[in-house]
Amino acid sequence: MSGRVFLLGDGVSTDAIMPGRYNVTTDPDALRRSCLIEARPDFVESVRPGDVIVAGRNFGCGSSREHAPLSIKRNGVAAVIAESFARIFYRNAVNIGLPVIRCAEAHQVLRDGDQVSVDAITGSIRSATLTLQGEPPSGVALRIIEAGSLVELIKRGGWAALEEGRRVS
Amino acid sequence: MGTITEELFSRRLGRRVHAGDTVIAEVDVAMAHDVTGPLAIEAFRSLDLPLWDASRIVFNFDHVMPANTVAAAELHRVIREFCVEHRITNLFAEGICHQVMVDRRLAQPGGIVVGADSHSTTYGGVGCFATGLGSTDIGVVFATGRTWFRIPETVRIDVRGALPAGVYAKDLALHVIAQMGADGADYCAVEWGGEAVAAMTIDERLTLCNLSTDFGAKTGIVEPDAVTFAHSGGEPIDLHPSHPEYVRTLVVDAGSLRPQVAVHPSIDNVHDIDDVSGTPLDEVFIGSCTNGRLSDLAVAASILSGRTVHPRTRTVIVPASRGVYLEALSAGYIEIFARAGALVLNPGCGPCLGRQHGVVGPGERVLSTSNRNYPGRMGSPDAQIFLASPAVAAASALAGAITDPAALEAAA
Repeated sequence: MSGRVFLLGDGVSTDAIMPGRYNVTTDPDALRRSCLIEARPDFVESVRPGDVIVAGRNFGCGSSREHAPLSIKRNGVAAVIAESFARIFYRNAVNIGLPVIRCAEAHQVLRDGDQVSVDAITGSIRSATLTLQGEPPSGVALRIIEAGSLVELIKRGGWAALEEGRRVS
Repeated sequence: MGTITEELFSRRLGRRVHAGDTVIAEVDVAMAHDVTGPLAIEAFRSLDLPLWDASRIVFNFDHVMPANTVAAAELHRVIREFCVEHRITNLFAEGICHQVMVDRRLAQPGGIVVGADSHSTTYGGVGCFATGLGSTDIGVVFATGRTWFRIPETVRIDVRGALPAGVYAKDLALHVIAQMGADGADYCAVEWGGEAVAAMTIDERLTLCNLSTDFGAKTGIVEPDAVTFAHSGGEPIDLHPSHPEYVRTLVVDAGSLRPQVAVHPSIDNVHDIDDVSGTPLDEVFIGSCTNGRLSDLAVAASILSGRTVHPRTRTVIVPASRGVYLEALSAGYIEIFARAGALVLNPGCGPCLGRQHGVVGPGERVLSTSNRNYPGRMGSPDAQIFLASPAVAAASALAGAITDPAALEAAA
């Protein structure tokens, strides 16, 4: 999948992605419209399906609110690439099928608006001039990504499938 | 052989597990609140499976309680109807979820508790493995009673000596966060120990474990001891670390600490109070799952007693739970706060996350006893948030500016 880079900095919190004043709802479209509403006010109107978010350290730190990755996914973002992710955000993103890739240098070498193509399973990131190798989810997280979401994994094989090492994709 | 976390999981699973192992484990209790609960319910419904165990599922209304918008009322309705449908009786509207979990002894030493809130790590203060998860993970627990864990590596914080007068668990935690960085314990368990921690009350241990998530930890935990078992009322268990291997050990000399302030815009931007004394404040908030407990209100009351808060500084005080509120009433603290000119609000999350009362405007400065100072956390992204102990908060409310309580005493 190919799209443009939205470049963000270090320590982008879930309060920045989805401020607490905007997540008193489960309505997907309301959440979509509030994504990065204060931190990057141009995001919702300019993002297109296939675009990617590229950020620095500790992306998604703070609250466990799943509204944050949901709002990113609902905007059609193909992947979030960050030097590192906060634990709960990473797990939430995997659970709902939002691709996440760890890559130390992406935020240093890619620029806002660059066109990139990303392979969420292999972690490969390519622009016109660069090829980067990121680290895609592994272990249980990879199993969930293969199934599409945690709900799908549980529906198709449950915890038993994981314990037995079966693939459920 | 292992850290507290390895000992706890090994005991629960009946086999030795080590950091790096992935396990699927049954939990004791799964908790969600009014904002994360409805998404967890959606995830549960999409599985089309029966409910795991109504007695081990807990909902709390705290983030927007009582509802301040139609949308918030709707979230409450969804949860109430779910609880009726599934005969879930653990539905509480009596304060912050984490304090209610402790007040009601729903988190027990040696247990495994998961909550759809990042500060679920708080219950490590009573010696259980407790961690925050998202709504989908919790919805799956509602159906299966289980979730997966990667057994975390452990960071040991060894706190030697004793905290000086006027320096609290909050100051210790902020000092540690400054040393570690805001992601310094990412994916790790944080084990708080040493003389100063052994000497702490449950309230103070809860503060340390609460703030563990704010430097990335999966859990914070204090080895359960006589203090823990006196609180839990249960049988003692032994989770003493045995030949543990730590990824990092941080030794802190408690006696050298001064009151600390985390300065806008990040929790690891920590300064000794002297660096920021005199900064004028528009609002002071005393409360939250970090510092809204009885001992916190006692400290605030001792400073505010017989005095009046500065007219430019609206001062909001929120007991963490109904239990805390009732004890504060009996002790006379609530009257002290009211006479001092503070606004005492109903138990709950209060102004911490800018969703209901106490929202801050652009350009304003607020000092909070809470745990997060991300831009936009308490309202306008152009407000500045300072984090400190209840003692600093109370002294600052009186002065209308960030103030060392010791300086206040000296001037009196």
